[in-house]
Amino acid sequence: MAVDTVELETTLRTSIPISHLEIIDQSNGCGENYAILVVSDAFEGKNTLARHRFVNELLKKQIAQMHAFSQKTFTPKQYETWLERQNAS
Amino acid sequence: MFRSAFRASTSLSLAVRRTAAASRPTALSPGLQLARRYLSNDVRQKIQQAVQSTPVVVFMKGTPELPQCGFSRAVVQVLDLHGVPTEKMKTFNVLEDSELRSSIKEFSDWPTVPQVYVNGEFVGGCDIILGMHQSGELETVLEKAEVIPKVEVDSAPQSSSS
Repeated sequence: MAVDTVELETTLRTSIPISHLEIIDQSNGCGENYAILVVSDAFEGKNTLARHRFVNELLKKQIAQMHAFSQKTFTPKQYETWLERQNAS
Repeated sequence: MFRSAFRASTSLSLAVRRTAAASRPTALSPGLQLARRYLSNDVRQKIQQAVQSTPVVVFMKGTPELPQCGFSRAVVQVLDLHGVPTEKMKTFNVLEDSELRSSIKEFSDWPTVPQVYVNGEFVGGCDIILGMHQSGELETVLEKAEVIPKVEVDSAPQSSSS
């Protein structure tokens, strides 16, 4: 069953302040493999594990319907650095 | 829609409570124990013993020789790259044990496999392990846990072009 990405996005946006969000369908059509990239101030001061747990908890219902789920979590500042590095390499 | 909103709000409060404990992540926080009461003590104890049985424990799909999932393969490869000796690492194939497959998710409060433990402590899944590998953090963790010998600090490779 395909995951409702609209609901996924709404859940995230209503729970934490989002400055950038990408939901990438990596499933080639079956709708069960997703990668998300979340940029939010809410991640400030939290380590990666805490951030991922936080997102996992928010998206519990959606993740349960997926086959694979992968996430990247950045603060706005970290996202900039990451983008620069992506462009550099 | 209402239900999802409700769930989101309850889980949010849960997550907030948990993040306080997660700043120093342990396998079991008191809040978790309450929330996960349906995992039997027997199973919990078994998994607890398993994660403490050896410095590095990986719950994965397939085996290191024959991984059955790209994420599991990536994690095993990264650990191999860091030279984690086989005698200090144990892997459990969740595909061979459906009980383990479901209970490990509850135990770690983590929805996906693979899962990596170092010295009994949950470190993360594939995303986190790869991220830590890229930042050089993984090496530090493994060194601290005395899984791999300390080497002279050479700057971590930041941009391996793809």
